[in-house]
Amino acid sequence: MTLPTSIPESPAVEMQDIVLRFPGVLANDHVSFTLNKGEIHALLGENGAGKSSLMNVLTGLYKPQSGTIRVNSKKVVFNSPKDAILSGIGMIHQHFMLVPNQSVTENILIGLDEPRFTLNLKKYDEKVRELAAQFGLNIDPTAKIWQLSVGEQQRVEILKILYRGANILVLDEPTAVLAPQEADELILTLRGMAAQGKSIVFISHKLNEVRAVADRLTILRKGKTTAEGVPLEGLTKEKLASLMVGREVLFNLKKCDQEAGDTVLMLEDVSAMNNKDLPALKNVSLCLKEGEILGIAGVAGNGQSELVEVITGMRTCTGRIWMGGKNIANKTPQFSIEQGLAHIPEDRVGVGTAPNLSITKNVIMKNFEHEPISHRWRLDYTAANNQAKKLREQYDIQSPSVETQARKLSGGNLQKLILARELSSQPRLVVAMQPTRGLDVGAIEGVQQLLLNQREQGCAILLVSEDLDELMDLSDRIAVMYEGEIVGIVNPKVTDINTIGLMMTGMARRGTACDDGVFPPEAGQADADAGAQTGETDEAAQADAETATPEPPAPPEEEIEPAMPAEEAEYLPPETEKERILRKVRGPDWNKGGRP
Amino acid sequence: MRLPYSLQLVKRTEETPKWLPAVTSLGAVVVAFVFSGIVLALMKADPLRIYQYFFRAAFGSWGAFSDVVVKATPLILIGLGCSVAFRMHLWNIGAEGQFYIGAFFASLVVLVPLVPLETTPKFVILSLMAILGLIGGAVYGFIPGVLKARFNINEVITTLMLNYIAVFWNNYWIFGKYSDAGFQMTRTFPNVAWLPRLADLAKQYPVFSGITLHLGVVFGLVAAVIVWLIVYRSRWGYKINLIGDNPRAARYAGIDITRNIILVFMFSGALAGLAGMAEVSGVVHRLQERISTSYGFSGVIVAWLAKLNPYAVIVVSILFGALIVAGREIQPSGVSFMIQGTILFLVISSDVLLKYHVRLVRTEEETA
Repeated sequence: MTLPTSIPESPAVEMQDIVLRFPGVLANDHVSFTLNKGEIHALLGENGAGKSSLMNVLTGLYKPQSGTIRVNSKKVVFNSPKDAILSGIGMIHQHFMLVPNQSVTENILIGLDEPRFTLNLKKYDEKVRELAAQFGLNIDPTAKIWQLSVGEQQRVEILKILYRGANILVLDEPTAVLAPQEADELILTLRGMAAQGKSIVFISHKLNEVRAVADRLTILRKGKTTAEGVPLEGLTKEKLASLMVGREVLFNLKKCDQEAGDTVLMLEDVSAMNNKDLPALKNVSLCLKEGEILGIAGVAGNGQSELVEVITGMRTCTGRIWMGGKNIANKTPQFSIEQGLAHIPEDRVGVGTAPNLSITKNVIMKNFEHEPISHRWRLDYTAANNQAKKLREQYDIQSPSVETQARKLSGGNLQKLILARELSSQPRLVVAMQPTRGLDVGAIEGVQQLLLNQREQGCAILLVSEDLDELMDLSDRIAVMYEGEIVGIVNPKVTDINTIGLMMTGMARRGTACDDGVFPPEAGQADADAGAQTGETDEAAQADAETATPEPPAPPEEEIEPAMPAEEAEYLPPETEKERILRKVRGPDWNKGGRP
Repeated sequence: MRLPYSLQLVKRTEETPKWLPAVTSLGAVVVAFVFSGIVLALMKADPLRIYQYFFRAAFGSWGAFSDVVVKATPLILIGLGCSVAFRMHLWNIGAEGQFYIGAFFASLVVLVPLVPLETTPKFVILSLMAILGLIGGAVYGFIPGVLKARFNINEVITTLMLNYIAVFWNNYWIFGKYSDAGFQMTRTFPNVAWLPRLADLAKQYPVFSGITLHLGVVFGLVAAVIVWLIVYRSRWGYKINLIGDNPRAARYAGIDITRNIILVFMFSGALAGLAGMAEVSGVVHRLQERISTSYGFSGVIVAWLAKLNPYAVIVVSILFGALIVAGREIQPSGVSFMIQGTILFLVISSDVLLKYHVRLVRTEEETA
């Protein structure tokens, strides 16, 4: 696939000197933005940098105080999103707006003038199917929305926009809600659409992804552009990050080597059902020690949420969960909290905070029953405010005051609030689920460092994440989950990301359960393992990625079950997430000229 | 066709000023009177004269005003109870039933009688009645509370249905057991079971003669202070706040939601039950068929109009008391209901002003 080079045609969208002011905030300060036809243009920036505001101007949601917009060289003024759609601009928001009980076709037709009165669904099903096929969006038009996965629902949103004749698509952090595989598929689809002449704006703050998908990029910081329409070639990740954050972002976290201490958490044969009453956890056994980060890898929906819920006392289960000598299985969340458990939930708005309450009221959520916040029946709001002010300072939560409602905080600040609350309780065990999802680079670094600091202080951390790079960086051990089972526990230092990827899809398996106290099991064995793998890596690096078919790592003790005969041929050397995306997007020969 | 100007709603991005809710609510009440005035004028009546009459009927004399406060008393108690339940998003519309059961329980002290009426001091009898009123309402709130908390049964349906059961329960005892010579009422309570009234002091202070104001209003005022302390100063109030805003977060924070749903329902019911006690002991002086002119439902409205603020509940209750008293004096009696309805409608709609700025925009400029 060739990349579109400079196009002599007029740009699809030209935005010039856009100024957008909200009371007290300058969201866009003379921002210019040009989108060429047939390109994917990444719009990068931290939370609150003005990316979404700029795109909301383009899609007619906000009216700028000054500045001009040209679409296909024609000056336009949008008074509503409808005007923008008529000009061929459509936006796919992060949160989908679909009716769960209606079919794909019905959702696509909602709000259109045609069909007027009678509805020949079959005819429209066919139309939708054709449109989907044209852009390689694999979807059944008759399926009901509730039956679809998140990735499929996103495809419906894209189809909805395409059906309305959009040539310019704006996607607001489209991969934030997707599993890695789904994200790859989306990126492929977008590439295909760009090749067919659609122009795409891709809002994101994931650097790897942007580097894989975009042709050019524009970076916003605090409402101003710091890079405008720059081609991606030659920009390093560090450079991008510093343009975004305004300072150097270190991609090497300070993680010290340390011995794990006593066992803090032990799961024995834990099984649980999910919300639909189907088995979600099957005989899970784990243990976790002081000063250790145990990563849980897995494609979303393979039992990670249920695992976290049984540990935090929010779901019933069978089996035993030992913490501090007590069985905390099937007790209340209160009981787990009393044992020194802190929980950083996946859903920051839905579970982690009370959005309409103040920062103060959110900060005291876990310790309001104790002195000095409470004196018998009375709750001392002065003491609570003081605590909130202290934590706001300590964790650098950006807000006008501690009276500010939690819902007015940005994603990163909200997460800091949750971390402040959870970590300030001096927990023995932190259960963190997707702690950096949806955050920008600067915030991610902060959150990860906080977790590492906790580890250093001897806290045990269970880290559930779908970001494999993050797990590799932070974890001391990684347990891989597939269909509610732990298919293996590996040492990230001696395991490559691809093995974990295969385990995540259930194609590989390592026969380890809760090891009996020592990890790595035996130093010699781990070394042998490492040796085997590094050898393989070198070999692969020399050969072409396609033809390299080394033996899969098969250390004597950690057998791999023969569940992967066909995949053995496909076995690739260690690959970073960026490389994986690039390979999927640009074909297997993307790096013919040698590995970067 | 486009009008030269159009209204635009712009979402408020800054904090809503603290005084704004009060101003918009007050404005809504004024607009409601203006609107009702237009309707009256269309009916060829003179709205100003009617309002004047209204005002005089409600606030024209101490006697009239005391009637207003007497009517407001049950509304204050019920409104306070509902406001606590609504804070947790529990739609308790069963205050009517809780009121009746509270009245029934309180009456048992006299009807059974639970204590010898001749020898027991008045203070003890009244305390016992108040406590039984509270318990009666709490028990009747416990039922929908448990159903909601344990089985997630919709509390709107259960509380609504329980209202009818409470009325028929009362009727059974009034007709079947404690009927006074076959009438649908019990015999009048002896004086020891009457809440003290200002009129009782008429001998010493002649000004108070005929003033019906009874001790129940003090229950209401004390309850308002207690509810304020609970909601804004107590640990329990914080829990109610948290559960109301995000039950999943509350559960995550280790708060027992089941228990608190039941407790809040019982608290809400207890205040309605106390209102029932105050009504039989302070006003009617016996248990009879229609002790409530749908106080239970008006209380729901009061709680809403007061935006769940306990002190505002008192003010709104007095306004509603005035409308009830004045409504008796005017034909057709629907006028006061019309005003009530319009106020409710407008106050609830005025919330828009708390969330948005309204701007007048020239349409010409827009399209230019």
